Amino acid sequence: MSLGAIAIRPETASVVGLVVVYIFFAAFGGAAFIGAPGWSSWLNIAAEVGIIALPVGLLMISGEFDISVGSIVPAASMTAAIISGHYDWPAYVGILGGLGVGALVGYVNGFLVTRTAIPSLIVTIGTMFVVMGLTLGLAVLIKGSTSVSYVPDPITKSLLGHFINGMFNVSIIWWIAFAVAFYYFLHISPMGNWVFAIGGDRETARNAGIPTRQLTVGLYILSGLAAAFVGIAQLMTYQSAQVAGGQAFIFNSIMCVVIGGVLLTGGAGSVIGIVLGTMTFAVVNQGIFFSGLDSNIGSIIIGALLLAAVLSNDGFRALALRYATKKK
Amino acid sequence: MTEKTAVLELRNVNKSFGPIDVLHDISLKVNAGEVLCLLGDNGAGKSTLIKTLAGVHKPTSGEMFMDGEKVSFERPKDAADRGIATVHQFGGTFPLMTIGRSFFVGVEPTKRIGPFRIFDRKTANETAVKAVQEFGITRIDDGDRLIGGLSGGERQSLAIARAVHFGARVLILDEPTAALGVKQASHVLRIVLEAKKRGLAVIFITHQVTHAMAVGDHFAVLIRGALAANFMRGEKSREEITDLMAGGEALADLDTEIESHMETHEGHPPPPAH
Ligand SMILES: Nc1ncnc2c1ncn2[C@@H]1O[C@H](COP(=O)(O)OP(=O)(O)OP(=O)(O)O)[C@@H](O)[C@H]1O
Ligand SMILES: [Mg+2]
Repeated sequence: MSLGAIAIRPETASVVGLVVVYIFFAAFGGAAFIGAPGWSSWLNIAAEVGIIALPVGLLMISGEFDISVGSIVPAASMTAAIISGHYDWPAYVGILGGLGVGALVGYVNGFLVTRTAIPSLIVTIGTMFVVMGLTLGLAVLIKGSTSVSYVPDPITKSLLGHFINGMFNVSIIWWIAFAVAFYYFLHISPMGNWVFAIGGDRETARNAGIPTRQLTVGLYILSGLAAAFVGIAQLMTYQSAQVAGGQAFIFNSIMCVVIGGVLLTGGAGSVIGIVLGTMTFAVVNQGIFFSGLDSNIGSIIIGALLLAAVLSNDGFRALALRYATKKK
Repeated sequence: MTEKTAVLELRNVNKSFGPIDVLHDISLKVNAGEVLCLLGDNGAGKSTLIKTLAGVHKPTSGEMFMDGEKVSFERPKDAADRGIATVHQFGGTFPLMTIGRSFFVGVEPTKRIGPFRIFDRKTANETAVKAVQEFGITRIDDGDRLIGGLSGGERQSLAIARAVHFGARVLILDEPTAALGVKQASHVLRIVLEAKKRGLAVIFITHQVTHAMAVGDHFAVLIRGALAANFMRGEKSREEITDLMAGGEALADLDTEIESHMETHEGHPPPPAH
């Protein structure tokens, strides 16, 4: 790949963004931020949001949004806690129950998005409120409380809620594994082509024989499963499930994806970009604590990064197209 | 001369969208190695007709035959599987995908590494570039280029090359030259002739008489959804065709009117009539 081709890749901007942000907080955050405490704190955050950002990013490449992840995290967490904590079933039943909730919500999202003309943004806002309401209602009905505690067995704990070295959550390993799997799916397997194609032009993709509906439903199920996985991992880590919380994942996952160079309008993006965007987001998110700066500054930086990313994504798209013409 | 079986034939096809009748009783034959120009004013029903052929719409009544065999398409894929390929005005392609990837959308070439199926980028790129170069577009030589970086004519050519590569027998082109400059349009017209030479049946929609005259063997004119004329090359004059395309109104006269107006008004065209 030529230098020019590297320069016009959106990932290049993501790497630059990450390095700049890291150096900034390294300067203010001191030794703690550069050392293991800093790395573990932002990697733990990155892993949580990153697992969700991967499928949310694929959905965005395919031209769809998923807001409902914000309600699936607590719903799955609560489901697993009620099954395994309240009813005392084995952990795997609770886990399957939680994942089932995620898959079901994902399926409903996909079904509504592909069968109706309602934009996915609206559909998934709708399912988000429904799931939020159901989670609260059922938790109060069954447990009479908005939080349920659960102490997992040691094996479950070590797989899903353990802190390696007392600092690094095992989710980081899960995140890396998911990222590799998504990389294979999007960039190496033939099916990845379909994701780009439906994001570029759904109608033409369908006419080319791509099962567009099934693919979209599948991506929503993936996204539901990923959000549920994070909810379950939170339960195993903190040993308690709350009905509230999780809303932060909505904007955070979208920010990671956009900072990572995925086009809001679909059709372009990469898994490496999404991972880099997630790391950038997490560095800012945690760097702010280490640096002792006002947390509002963190919000400002995130906002500025987001705007810069949206602008440069658009710029990169224009550049990539122009470059391709000139190259000859 | 023995009558050969038409590749595609319509018999008494009607299409209505609810209460709106768009196509009335269309009977039409399309032969291999022949360019059929589908002409008609805006809203005459040309796009609706080809969408019916391509399986996007189902006829409300009437029958379709391929090689004399009755067919009925439930979805575009069915028509595509029978070798009916449609190229839309902008090539219907993916601006942010590479030439190689978009060429093989839905039929990705793969190789196997252990248990994994892998998109074979090299084969995809080489095949795509070769296919379009065979049509004389030698400027396309890198399968990693983005579609969005190609000119309109190159995109059209690529889309046509793709259809031919995947064994299309009927090539449907909806206004392929509409947005193109003179040079680009002539490129596309040459590719249309090349496709015809390879034995494809081509259905070509255009609003430009010159383009139709340049490549057409067979002309069909739609006026308000009905087949107003159906004739072979040389059977009608340019003026007659122009008239028919305007829905039977004397448009040819307008040309001469404008010319004489410009002569007497120092080159200014007449103000538009309201
Ligand atoms: N899905 C639909 N529902 C209702 N009416 C339709 C539909 N599609 C087309 N029509 C109507 O059918 C008529 C013919 O449309 P069509 O697009 O086939 O015309 P056309 O000959 O291709 O015109 P143009 O030259 O402008 O492309 C129009 O009056 C249009 O409004
Ligand atoms: Mg039309």
